[in-house]
Amino acid sequence: MPDFKPIKLVLEDGTVFKGKSFGYHKSVAGEVVFNTAMTGYPESLTDPSYEGQILVSTYPLVGNYGVPKDDKENGIPKFYESDSIHVSGFVISDYSFDYSHWNARGSLGDWLKQNEVPGIFGIDTRALTKILREKGTMLGKIEVDGEEIDFYDPNKENLVSRVSTREKVTYGNGKHKIVLVDTGGKYNIIRCLLKRDTTVTLVPWDYDFNNDQFDGIMLANGPGDPQMCDVTINHISKALNDSKPIFGICLGNQLLGTAAGGSTHKLKYGHRAHNHPVIKAGTGTCYITSQNHGYVLDTDTLGDEWEPLFVNINDNTNEGIRHKSKPFFSTQFHPEASSGPTDTEFLFDDFVDLIKKSKGEK
Amino acid sequence: MKKHIKKAVILGSGALKIGEAGEFDYSGSQALKALKEEGIETVLINPNIATVQTSEKIADKIYFLPVTPYFVEQVIKKEKPEGILLAFGGQTALNCGIQLFEQGILKKYNLEVLGTPIQAIIDTEDREIFAGKLAEINVKTPKSVAVTSVQDAVKAADKMGYPIIIRAAYTLGGMGSGFCANEEELIKRADNALSYSKQILVEESLKGWKEVEYEVVRDSYNNCITVCNMENFDPLGIHTGESIVVAPSQTLSNSEYHKLRELAIKIIRHIGVVGECNVQYALDPYSEDYRVIEVNARLSRSSALASKATGYPLAFVAAKLGLGYGLFELKNSITKTTPAFFEPALDYIVCKIPRWDLNKFTGVSKQIGSSMKSVGEIMAIGRTFEESIQKGLRMVGQGMHGFVANHPLKDIVLETELAEPTDQRIFAISESLQNGSTVEEIHDLTKIDKWFLDKLKNITDLKNELSKYDSIESIPDETLLKAKQMGYSDFQIARVVLNPDDDKMEESLLKVREYRKKRNILPVVKQIDTMAGEFPAQINYLYLTYNGEYHDVEFEKDGRSVVVLGSGAYRIGSSVEFDWCSVNAIDTINKQKYRSVMINYNPETVSTDYDVCDRLFFDELTLERVLDITDLESPRGVIVSVGGQIPNNLAMRLHKTNVPILGTSPEDIDRAENRQKFSSLLDDLKIDQPRWNELTSIEDIYAFIREVGYPVLVRPSYVLSGAAMNVVSNEEELEHFLELAANVSKQHPVVVSEFIEQAKEIEIDAVAKNGEMIAYAISEHIEFAGVHSGDATIVFPPQKLYIETIRRVKRIARQIAAALNISGPFNMQLLAKDNDIKVIECNLRASRSFPFVSKVLKINLIDIATRVMLGMPVERPAKSIFELDYVGIKAPQFSFARLLNADPVLGVDMASTGEVGCIGDNYYDAVLQSMLAVGYNIPKKNILISSGPLRSKVEMLQSAKMLVEKGYNIFATAGTHKFFKENGIKSTMLHWPDEPDMKPNTLDYIREKKIDLVVNIPKNLSKGELRNGYRIRRNAVDFNIPLITNARLASAFIYAFCKMDISDIPIKSWNEYR
Repeated sequence: MPDFKPIKLVLEDGTVFKGKSFGYHKSVAGEVVFNTAMTGYPESLTDPSYEGQILVSTYPLVGNYGVPKDDKENGIPKFYESDSIHVSGFVISDYSFDYSHWNARGSLGDWLKQNEVPGIFGIDTRALTKILREKGTMLGKIEVDGEEIDFYDPNKENLVSRVSTREKVTYGNGKHKIVLVDTGGKYNIIRCLLKRDTTVTLVPWDYDFNNDQFDGIMLANGPGDPQMCDVTINHISKALNDSKPIFGICLGNQLLGTAAGGSTHKLKYGHRAHNHPVIKAGTGTCYITSQNHGYVLDTDTLGDEWEPLFVNINDNTNEGIRHKSKPFFSTQFHPEASSGPTDTEFLFDDFVDLIKKSKGEK
Repeated sequence: MKKHIKKAVILGSGALKIGEAGEFDYSGSQALKALKEEGIETVLINPNIATVQTSEKIADKIYFLPVTPYFVEQVIKKEKPEGILLAFGGQTALNCGIQLFEQGILKKYNLEVLGTPIQAIIDTEDREIFAGKLAEINVKTPKSVAVTSVQDAVKAADKMGYPIIIRAAYTLGGMGSGFCANEEELIKRADNALSYSKQILVEESLKGWKEVEYEVVRDSYNNCITVCNMENFDPLGIHTGESIVVAPSQTLSNSEYHKLRELAIKIIRHIGVVGECNVQYALDPYSEDYRVIEVNARLSRSSALASKATGYPLAFVAAKLGLGYGLFELKNSITKTTPAFFEPALDYIVCKIPRWDLNKFTGVSKQIGSSMKSVGEIMAIGRTFEESIQKGLRMVGQGMHGFVANHPLKDIVLETELAEPTDQRIFAISESLQNGSTVEEIHDLTKIDKWFLDKLKNITDLKNELSKYDSIESIPDETLLKAKQMGYSDFQIARVVLNPDDDKMEESLLKVREYRKKRNILPVVKQIDTMAGEFPAQINYLYLTYNGEYHDVEFEKDGRSVVVLGSGAYRIGSSVEFDWCSVNAIDTINKQKYRSVMINYNPETVSTDYDVCDRLFFDELTLERVLDITDLESPRGVIVSVGGQIPNNLAMRLHKTNVPILGTSPEDIDRAENRQKFSSLLDDLKIDQPRWNELTSIEDIYAFIREVGYPVLVRPSYVLSGAAMNVVSNEEELEHFLELAANVSKQHPVVVSEFIEQAKEIEIDAVAKNGEMIAYAISEHIEFAGVHSGDATIVFPPQKLYIETIRRVKRIARQIAAALNISGPFNMQLLAKDNDIKVIECNLRASRSFPFVSKVLKINLIDIATRVMLGMPVERPAKSIFELDYVGIKAPQFSFARLLNADPVLGVDMASTGEVGCIGDNYYDAVLQSMLAVGYNIPKKNILISSGPLRSKVEMLQSAKMLVEKGYNIFATAGTHKFFKENGIKSTMLHWPDEPDMKPNTLDYIREKKIDLVVNIPKNLSKGELRNGYRIRRNAVDFNIPLITNARLASAFIYAFCKMDISDIPIKSWNEYR
C-alpha cells in the first residue's frame, strides 16, 4: 500500500481532524460544508455554487467510479457541471484508489491533482458533520505540513463575479430564445433547456438583458450571499415590470425573491443533499429534490402579488415562489438535478409551456 | 383520504422456507403495530407459532390455521373484517389473496384490500401482462416469451438464441428457474418448471450484467420515494437471495443511479402500487442500457433488508399508506421531527451475505444460480467495504474468520469454483488473490465488478503486510489500525502474525486485544439515523466501526444495562424461534426497568428492530465484539440462554474474561455441553443414558459395537461434506461411513452411541431457579427416535405417554436442574422404551420448542426464565399440562423442492427449514391442521405406498385399510403390494424406477401426476434401495406431489383425514382455546 502524506483539516472552533492527502498537496482555506448525497462527486465538485467552499462528503466511500470522460455536446462537457473543479478542497472518509466504470477516464485523486485541489481522506466525516450541524457551517482550512495559512471567509467576496461567464455565449438553435443569467449556473440547466427546443444565451451576471430579444429568462444557481448580486437584482426588478416568463433556480430563487420584495438569511448549516422533501404549497403533492444552498429566502416581506410555490417539509423553509398572475416562478431546489433526483425536471416543461403561452402558441 | 376501517385481517407467510423466511415475521409485526396505532382491530392468520407476530398483544386475534383460501374464507366469514392486508406475508399471502380475489371471495364478503389493489398485484405476477404494462410506458424488460408447453419453449428459444433462461411464473424465489445453454438443457428445465406452474417463460440471458434493486414507496396521493437501492456483488445469473448484496450501490454513477430511480418511480405509478414495491434491474456493465427483471408488489426479503439497512421502517409505513395516509403526513420514526417523505441518506455501507446449509443434505448440488438455496442471511455494517464484508463473513457463521486467515478450502478447483460458483465462491476469490491471481483474471471468470475485487485485494495485500511481523508489538500502530479499519478481527491478526496452535488461539487473540487496547486502537459506536447526521436523532440503532474517532452516543455505565445476545443468521436448526425468545427476554427486561441492550445482526428478525429495545447493536456475536460492547456498557450482566447455540457457546469464554453472565453459571453450562462431564453427572445421579464412547481407532469402534450391537449412531468430530452424524445398521454401512469420515485419530475422535430403535422421544422444556424446577412442559414426538427433534412432529401436551413416564421425566429433570444448579431455561431430550427412560441431550438454554409450548400452555417460559435470571421474584405457574382441553402440534416444513437433487429423507441431522404449530380440539384435528399448514393436501384419490422395512409395513397396515374403506386407490411397490395382498388389502402394483420398461411404473405415475400422495419409507442404506427409494422421493418432490417418509407420521396423517373432513376443523382463534 503506498504511503500518503499527512494532511489535516482545521476548523474555526479549533477542532483538528488528521487525515491523508489524495489530491493536490497544498494548503487551502474556505468555508466548510457537508453534503449527504451518496453519488455524484464529479457533478458536485464542478458545481460553481461550491466556489470558495471545502466540501465534506458524509457518504464515506468516494472515488468508486473514477471521473467521467470529457466528451462535449453542444459545446459543453457531457458529464460535468462546469469546466473546472469549484470546491476549494474535498474531505472524505474512505478513498477508492482503484476505480471501476465504463465511462471513467481517470481517478478522482488524479483529477484533483490536475485541478490543484487538495483532497483529504481518513476523516471521521460523521463526527465532522455533527460538529457543523451543531455549531453551524464554519470556516476551515486544509493544511499540509509546513504550509500554515489563515482562515478565509469566501462570503465576504462576490463569488458570483468569480464564476460567471465573462461574455455572452449562445448554445443550441431551438425555437424559444432563453436568456440564462449566469450567476454560476450548472451546465445541466443548459442541457435541460436545449432538450426542449430552445436557444440559450448565457449572459454575465451583471449584464442587463432587458434590452435583448428573448422569450424567457432563466435565473441560474450560484455561490455565496445573494445580497452581493444587487446588480442582477436590479435587472430582474426591471424584468418584473414586463411579462416575459422567468424561471429561477437556487440563487435564482433568492434573487427573484429579493426583487419581489423578500429578503434572505443564512441557514445554520445549509441544505446540501439529494433527499430533501418539498411540498407544493396548498397541495398534497411532494417531491424529493437535490439541494445545495447556504442562504434561504424569507417570504414574509414578499409583495402581495407573490406566493410560496414550494415548502421544505423538513424545516419549513422556502423552496420556491411564484407570481400570482404573471409567468414568474422559481425554486430553491435544483430541478435540473445532476447530481441528484430528477423528480422535478418537469418544471422546465412548465417553463417552456409558459413561454409558448406568452408567445400566443397553443 | 383516510379510510375508516375498524377491523382488518392480515395474512402471514406460514412456516419458514427457503425463499420465504423470517423477514415476513418482521414485516407482519410492523404492519400489526401500525394498525394497532390506528385503533384497528387486527385478525392474524398464520400457523407459524414460533414468530413474534403470533404473540400476545401484537394482533388482537390469532388463528394458527393454514394460509389457504379455504381457511381464510372461514375466518373472514366468522370475523367479518372490513379490510384485508396481503402484502406482508410474502408470496404465500399474495398467492392466497389472488385466489381469494379470483374465487370472488373478497367481493362476496365486501372486503377491501388495504394497499396495492389486487389487479396491480396480478399485473406484476403474470410476466406477460407485466412486460406489456411496462412496454406501455417504454420501460424495457428482457425479451421474453410465455409458453405452456415444452415444444413451444424450444421454438421460442430457437428464435431468441441460446443461452436463455427459463422461469416459472407464480413461484417463490425463482423455483424451477435456470439457465440453459442448449436445447437439451432447455427441455429438462422446461419440463420441470411446468410442474410448478402452468406458465413458463423463455427469456434472453443477461448473464454478467449488474443486478440492482430499488425499494420504492408510493402513497395514495401519488407521491413516491425510493428508500434504498442495493447492488449485487454477484452479477446477474445468481439469484438475489443467493448473492452478496451491498447498499447503497457502489459502482453506479450518479446518472445511472438516478436513471434507474426515475424508472422505478415511473413503474410504481403506472402499476398503481399503494405501499411498497421492489424493482429489480439488470444494468449493462458497459453502458446505461438496462432491463427490468422483476417487480414485487409486496414487502419482500429485500424490503426487510432495506428497512434494516436504512432505518426506514418500510413495512410500518406501507401499512399506514394502505390506510390512506400520505407519506408527508407520517413522521420519520428516527428523527421524529422530519416527515416520512424523504429518502434515507446512508453514511456507511451494508453488506448482506446469504447463509447456506447445503452440507445438511445428501446429494444436493452445491452450485448457486438462478434459484434460491440459502436458508438465512446476515447484514454487516461498516464504513469501508472491507470492514463490512469481513464482519459479514464472520457473521455468516460457517467457521470462517473473515475474508482471510481461514483454513484452506478443500476439494475445490479454484478456476472452476470462480466460473461455476458454489457457496464457497467468495473464499475461492480470497485464495486466488493470495495465490497471485490478478483482479483482471478473477473478473474474467466471475464477471464481478472490479471495484469489489480491488477492495478485496486490499484485504489480501494487508495480510501480506501483516505477515511480515512475528509479534504483535512489532506491528506499527498505523498498520494495526489499518487492519482493524479493514475489518480484521483480533483472531485474524493473531493467526496471520502469531499463527498459534488451535489450543493457544484464545490466548493469542486476547493478547492482540490487550495490546491494541493499550495502544488505544478501539472501535467507535455510530448511529444509523437515516439522515447521515444532517438532523439530530435520539436513536438507539447502533453499530461499531474502526473508521471513525468519536462515539455518537454516551454510555451511562450505571450497571442497569442487561445485554441479550441474539441468534445470528437463520440456519437449519436455529431460526425464528430464537428471535421470539430474544424479543420476549427483552420485553421482560424492559418491564423490569432495566436498560435492554440487544446484539444481533440478522436483518430478518424482530429483535433487530430498534424500537424493541433500549439499545440495539447491529453487530457481531463474536467474543471480541461482545467484549467491545460490554467494555462500553459495563452491564449488570449478559443473557446467553435465549439466542440458541451461538450465545451459548460464548458463555464460558465471556465468563473467563470476567463478563458477568446472568442465569446458570457458565461452568455448569459447560458441564452440560461437555459430553464426558455430562455423562459422568448422569452416572452419579443414576440416570440412564444410551451407552456411548469417544473412540480414536477403527479397532476400538468395532470392539464397542460388538458390545452394544447394531444399529449405532456415529458422529465424527471432524466432518467432511456429506459425512455428518448418521445411523449405521450393519458392517457394510459402517465401512462406507468411516471411509467418508476419513481420518479417525486422537485429534479427530468418533463418538459412537447405542441407537435404540422404536423408542419414543420426549422433550422437556423447563425453567429452574437456583436448581429448583419451577415451570416445565413435556411433549412427545410422533415419529420414533432417530428423526432429529427439529424435523419431528411434536405433540403437546403428550397424548400417548404413560403418566408414569411423565412423572419419571419430571423427576429426572428436577434432579438435573438441581445437580447443575440451573437458573434459567433448559431443555432435555429423552428416550422412552418399555419402561426405560434414557437422557440423550440436555441444553441449559431455551430450545426451539419454547415458543410452541409457551403459546400452547399460555405460560411464557421465557418471561419466567428472564425474571429468574434478573433475580426477580417468580411465582410457580399454577397450570399443569393435564389441564389443557386441547392439543398443540408442531410440524416441520421442508424446502426440498429448492434443493436440487437433495434426498428428501429424514434422519438424525436436521433438514427442515421451518415449522408450524396448530392447536386443535383433539389430536387428529391438530394433526390435520398442521399437515395442511406445511403444504400437504387431503389426497383426492390415489396414494402410492412404498412402506419399507417390515415394521413400517405393519405400522401402515391399519392406515391402508382405512384408506380402502374411504374409497382411496392404493398403489404400492412390489414388497408392499405383496404384504398388503397377504393381509387382504387391495392395491395396484407399480414397478420400481430401476425397471423403467416394466409398466405400470412408479415414475410414470408420479410424473403424470396420477398420484396425490406418496408414502415412501426408506428401508436401509443399501445402494439399490437407496437409488430406487431416492428416485421415488425426489420425483415426488420435483413434481410437487406431497411426500411422507415416516410410517408413524404417515399413519397419523391418514387417520386424521380419514376420520375427519376439512370442514370438521373448527375455526377457532388462539384465545378460544381455554
